[in-house]
Amino acid sequence: MAKARTFQDLILTLQNYWAAQGCLILQPYDVEMGAGTFHPATTLRALGPRPWRAAYVQPSRRPKDGRYGENPNRLQHYYQYQVILKPAPKDVLDLYLGSIRAIGLDPDAHDIRFVEDDWESPTLGAWGLGWEVWCDGMEITQFTYFQQVGGIDCDPVSAEITYGLERLAMYVQNVEFVYDLAFNERFRYGEVFHQSEREFSAFNFERADTDILFQHFKDAEKQCQELVGGDGKLALPAYDQCIKASHCFNLLDARGVISVTERAAYIGRVRALAKACCEAWLETPMGDYTPRFG
Amino acid sequence: MPDLLLELFSEEIPARMQAQAAKDLERLVVGALSDRGLLFEGAKAFSGPRRLTLAITGLPARQPDVSEEKKGPRLNAPPKAIEGFLRSAGVTLEQCERRDDGKGEFYVAVIARKGRTTAEVLSEVLPEAFTRLPWPKSMRFPGSAVRWVRPLHGIVCTFDGEIVPFEFACVTSGNTTWGHRFLSHGPLGVRRFEDYEKTLRDAHVILDADERREIILHGATQQAFALGLDPIEDEGLLDEVAGLAEWPVVLIGTIEDRFMDVPAEILQTSMRTHQKYFALRDPGTGRMAARFALVSNMAARDGGREIVAGNERVLRARLSDAKFFWDQDRKRTLESRVEDLKGIVFHAKLGTQYERVERIVALVELLAERLGMDATQAKRAARLCKADLTTGVVGEFPELQGVMGRYYALHDGEDADVADAIRDHYRPVGPGDHVPTADPSVLVAMADKLGQLVGFFAVGEKPSGSGDPFALRRAALGIVRIVLENKLRVGGKDVNDESFVEGVLWRHWDNVIEFYRGTDADLLAAKKVIVEHRAGDRTAAKRAADARAPDTSPAGWENSWNTANDVEAFITERLKVALRERGMRHDAVESVFGLERMNDLVGIVARIEALQNFLKTDEGSNLLAGYKRAANILKAEEKKDKRSVEGRPDPALLHLPEEKSLANALSAAETSIVGDIQAEKFVEAMGVMAKLRAPVDAFFDKVKVNDDDPAIRANRLKLLARLRATLHLVADFSKIEG
Repeated sequence: MAKARTFQDLILTLQNYWAAQGCLILQPYDVEMGAGTFHPATTLRALGPRPWRAAYVQPSRRPKDGRYGENPNRLQHYYQYQVILKPAPKDVLDLYLGSIRAIGLDPDAHDIRFVEDDWESPTLGAWGLGWEVWCDGMEITQFTYFQQVGGIDCDPVSAEITYGLERLAMYVQNVEFVYDLAFNERFRYGEVFHQSEREFSAFNFERADTDILFQHFKDAEKQCQELVGGDGKLALPAYDQCIKASHCFNLLDARGVISVTERAAYIGRVRALAKACCEAWLETPMGDYTPRFG
Repeated sequence: MPDLLLELFSEEIPARMQAQAAKDLERLVVGALSDRGLLFEGAKAFSGPRRLTLAITGLPARQPDVSEEKKGPRLNAPPKAIEGFLRSAGVTLEQCERRDDGKGEFYVAVIARKGRTTAEVLSEVLPEAFTRLPWPKSMRFPGSAVRWVRPLHGIVCTFDGEIVPFEFACVTSGNTTWGHRFLSHGPLGVRRFEDYEKTLRDAHVILDADERREIILHGATQQAFALGLDPIEDEGLLDEVAGLAEWPVVLIGTIEDRFMDVPAEILQTSMRTHQKYFALRDPGTGRMAARFALVSNMAARDGGREIVAGNERVLRARLSDAKFFWDQDRKRTLESRVEDLKGIVFHAKLGTQYERVERIVALVELLAERLGMDATQAKRAARLCKADLTTGVVGEFPELQGVMGRYYALHDGEDADVADAIRDHYRPVGPGDHVPTADPSVLVAMADKLGQLVGFFAVGEKPSGSGDPFALRRAALGIVRIVLENKLRVGGKDVNDESFVEGVLWRHWDNVIEFYRGTDADLLAAKKVIVEHRAGDRTAAKRAADARAPDTSPAGWENSWNTANDVEAFITERLKVALRERGMRHDAVESVFGLERMNDLVGIVARIEALQNFLKTDEGSNLLAGYKRAANILKAEEKKDKRSVEGRPDPALLHLPEEKSLANALSAAETSIVGDIQAEKFVEAMGVMAKLRAPVDAFFDKVKVNDDDPAIRANRLKLLARLRATLHLVADFSKIEG
């Protein structure tokens, strides 16, 4: 059980581990999003009756978390490793602990705990019950049994495992400043991302043009509604628009131009889109109860 | 007698739900068994991170046999009727007894119902009881048709050492459990509670939450002691961590020095909420020490070195964040943050926090005038009291509101009294919390609470039943405690003075209603009338309202009038509850409230206390008996005469020495009591009443009220009415029991 010495080792180890558990190893989704859950491989595939197992890295953007590259562990862009298992296998916690061992954290030398933390995404109309997994007091994973997505009951229930890769790597590598992480044997994380953290923080907080963003939000909302509105629904393209709207909202929020009351209204608008996309998805062959191919 | 062992083994149960779930499990199972005639000697439930356990001792092996008789038709009844009876009772004619009730013979079916075995009953009632367990939050999981808090993996159920077979949530009961997640391997066989508890202990699981709690407390105390420190007591945290470890091991970590100049409250809150660590303190200085106690669920091979190092690292990151906020926050003054409150909604119908602050400032002025206090510092504190809501630290730790405001105010160079008032205006937070005593703190604390009450009542957010989302009961009780413990004279003492409600609540009501300008003309019109007539009666106010604003809808008017009165009633209700909790007799409380409006809480309470003490004395109870006798006679005679007794007794018609001396005693008493009450000498007023006992007793002993001469009878009734009126100067004795 060698420790995953570099950031990319960590990713490769998780990829191999979950591939061996029969997961599809997918690639990141090519639209900006706040978390791996937004990837259609999780949001949409968690709905409907078809079994599904997938794992992937998802670059995640949280504009508000930008710290101009000065905070030791907060980033506006970071990587999540996301695993979705549907239906949740009975031994899913053991499978998860296997992955922890695989990356070199020995549960016999550390203090691994499952601490109540129910997950909820108001923008996706999704929630589930689960835990944050602690290793020596640090949260290394979010573990959730999905109960609803897009306001629709998940049946069967999926297990979602989300690793915060930077944080986990910092723990494994015993590093206190995220930019000091060894990305591979030659490069440090800071060499890859420090400049982009600085620039994007300035963009998120100062430079992003709010008029353009408000317009983008409206456009994405309109396009999404059109795609799920009438006949010939296109669930997947519509869902892309929903994710885009959500990201616009996050940027506007970071720019501080959305008041508390408006905030709830915007979240409600994105949720309405997500719900419509999820409902449209369930009408498609992949989402439907009767498999028509495959 | 045999015992039952039951265990529900699942994935990690949230710590906050464990204890209640164990209680509920016990209640439901015990209830189901009792309902089926199965009584037992003892039951005990246990809870932990992964299991709920119930042990019931001394259950019978089977239900008692019962025999039931069913009366049937007479022997000569039509065959159809007899057939029907046999069918419904499930017996044959041969099995029926014949009895005679003197009017003829009839059939009786004696149905013997054999008790079933306890095991059989258990396998039927247990799954049913589990489905009814009320988890605060439960989930669906694959394979199960019923919900549980987290996926269920195993059920142990043995009765007298044998498996009781049943199925629940797709799990079949058996006699296998599992130990600690990491320190034990493979399934464990169990038969009875005694070996179960020991088997678990050997497998690194402490079954009993109380024992885990004890281990943690003892461990933390011992290890802190070795460093010359004390753990800072935290019962809530102790309960929580006892629910997070099956095998608690206390370890000590170090806080880096560079964080020690951050306020202790921030350090402690950060450690507590995020990491569930116990803060330690130096018993010599009382200051927080640079050490903390953590509770792991692991006996690690290296004695916990890696675990401590890991936790210290996490804490460094946490405290760096907290320190960052603390440093950032101090770059701006509180004053500069007041404007930012315009962007924070307090409540959809009550505007922003900024508007809330404006109302608090206005109320502080009103209160200061009323209480004869200087408003300068209080107004300053009121203006700043919510500004810390915009700071990073309070954003991260909302429970530090106020506490942080004080730190920032001091940093800005505000007066210490202003800073203290910012912190203390939330007080009292709970029954154990202190009440603010410094004038500025008192003013802001009262103003904030009154503002909440009036505001939320005005927009129809009154507490209902168990629902009190805005903690208005706490606010009302807070007002009551602040007034009583500081002996504040909020209302005027004189009956003609404005009362507390008139002078403060309704004037403030004005402020709240301003809010509706342009949105609710009805309320605005109603407000004007109410303020003008706040001392007047309802009918007059209504008439004036109609004249002034004929378009005002009756509902709008009613609404405002009722709301202002509702707030008064609400505070009064809290006061009564508080007094009862202090051990005051409820009838004594009611008897004083029967006379007084809520003008002056301090006076009312002093009067109730004096009255209650008086009632405990011989004089008191005898006088009360005399009062009751007088009141009863008056009631009966007034009913007979169909008119109430009025007027003073005529001295010329007093013949007997006992009635003369009662009349004299009453004259003297009345003058003294009025004077004493005016001077708030309630104990003295009771003393005056005590002296009435002898003449009252003598009167009832020797004097017949219903004299044959109607004039004398009427005069004596007047004498009794005067007795009643005199005592009513102190309290409405008709409300006193006994």
